[in-house]
Amino acid sequence: MARKPSIYPYFWRAPLLIWQGLFFVGPLILMVAMSFWLVRNYRMEPDFVLANWERMLTRDYFWSAYQVTFLRASIAAALASLFAFPASYALAFLVSETTRRWAIFFLIVPFFTSYLVRVYAWQVLLAESGPVNAVIGFVGLGPFTMLNSGFGAMVGYLTLIMPLVVILQTFSLAAIDRNLIEAAWNLGASPRRTLVRVIVPAAKVGLILGAVFAFILSFGDFVSPFYLGGSKPPTLSILIIDTTKSGQQWPRAAVVAVMMILTLFTVAFAAVGAAYRRNA
Amino acid sequence: MRLPILFFRLYLLALFCFVFAPIVTSTVFSFNSDRFPTMPLGHFTTQWYQTAFARPEVWEAFRNSVTVALSAATLSTALGFATAYTDFRFGFRFKSAYLALALLPPTIPLVIMGLAMLAWLGQLGLSGSITGIIIAHTVMAAPFAMAICRMRLQQMDASLEAAAWNLGASPWRAMRVVVVPFCLPAVISAFCLTAAVSFDEFIVAWFVSGLNKTVPVMILEILQGNVDPQINAIGTVVFVTSITLVVAAQLLLLGKTAR
Repeated sequence: MARKPSIYPYFWRAPLLIWQGLFFVGPLILMVAMSFWLVRNYRMEPDFVLANWERMLTRDYFWSAYQVTFLRASIAAALASLFAFPASYALAFLVSETTRRWAIFFLIVPFFTSYLVRVYAWQVLLAESGPVNAVIGFVGLGPFTMLNSGFGAMVGYLTLIMPLVVILQTFSLAAIDRNLIEAAWNLGASPRRTLVRVIVPAAKVGLILGAVFAFILSFGDFVSPFYLGGSKPPTLSILIIDTTKSGQQWPRAAVVAVMMILTLFTVAFAAVGAAYRRNA
Repeated sequence: MRLPILFFRLYLLALFCFVFAPIVTSTVFSFNSDRFPTMPLGHFTTQWYQTAFARPEVWEAFRNSVTVALSAATLSTALGFATAYTDFRFGFRFKSAYLALALLPPTIPLVIMGLAMLAWLGQLGLSGSITGIIIAHTVMAAPFAMAICRMRLQQMDASLEAAAWNLGASPWRAMRVVVVPFCLPAVISAFCLTAAVSFDEFIVAWFVSGLNKTVPVMILEILQGNVDPQINAIGTVVFVTSITLVVAAQLLLLGKTAR
């Protein structure tokens, strides 16, 4: 379409560039720069020193927090993928189109619904004298201490990520060509073999994407490890908050943040690479 | 190949119980008379709502939250629509980088966004202000608005706009009479969803808010004290608000796509 140069395209293109440049890229760049700043007499001074990096990366508490965070996020991603799969399988293959649509509808609702209040509700549910222990008590067991433990934190992570993982898995399973599955049956494959050799590979991208999002969200989450996990041992996000809120050590918090972003990028790229690699 | 259907039914039921248990619990205990959440339940009461909403700071927080949510929703919807339209209509160099920039914010952990925003807004002299929270929430919510508008544009016949041009309409006029009316349900839907995202966001808001607390920031600070059934009452109001917004957002989209 030959028309004279117009501002029309730029009118639509520019807002995002300006806004995200000013309020997304800008803050992140400043944060990276800040990790090299100097703190003297409780005041930050722009500088280029490695003191904050050295300070954080040589401390055991940083690396143990890193380990705990990485391990928990991996476990959360694995458990969520595992627990979600039968549900996604059912939603993709065993229910009607309408039921599936409504199920997705009801999974989207909690994903956008006050995570903080939901975690507080788990605090109530899992308390020593709370409803869950009351039910367990009926069969003569418990009471169990479920709060302030890795278990508590895991319940919180799953609350956060479960709906999203089920949605992503369901979409990818539902998109599989049914002929593939029927061909496998006709060729005499057992249900298990069909699942492992046909269904899982065909839905690989969605399954990996679900796990990656689960990992990203759990890795950065602060609420579950703090309110349900008892913040001991601290995770990286708790470390950032402690460092920022108590005292003026923002540059050290920035070091932790940069390490987290690097980790997430590495994991995401590795996983996406694995997802799109052929015949893995 | 009939794996026991009953098993899958029960499994789905259990999953939905897990997902909705906290929402139901919070609602039930908000009407329960006991100070501490124990079984069996006490009797029905609205006392926690009364005590909670008798406090001026609770109203103040709700006012802040509504202001932030409405402003952030307006800005992020406008931003999201412009970006979605750009992706739909134009091809240009570095487009994939442009789209990455548009969609990246939700993958950055909130704690990190909070820290970065705190430092940046401090440089701009905006820390501790409502404006700061609005700015941050707009960044975080815009990708959702963009996704919703993009989905709707996908359903539009691209030649509709071209037809308007050929009939002599300027691009601006074609936008006004063809594209905007077509996308209106998606725009309203995006507005509702981004309002919900902003209304529920508390970590970045907590970092940058200072004394101007929003509702979830207030809840966060009460939580650092003791168990308090008022949180259930406030939390239930928050649930009802965001669920209404998200359901409205989805119904608007579903109603139109089923067309």
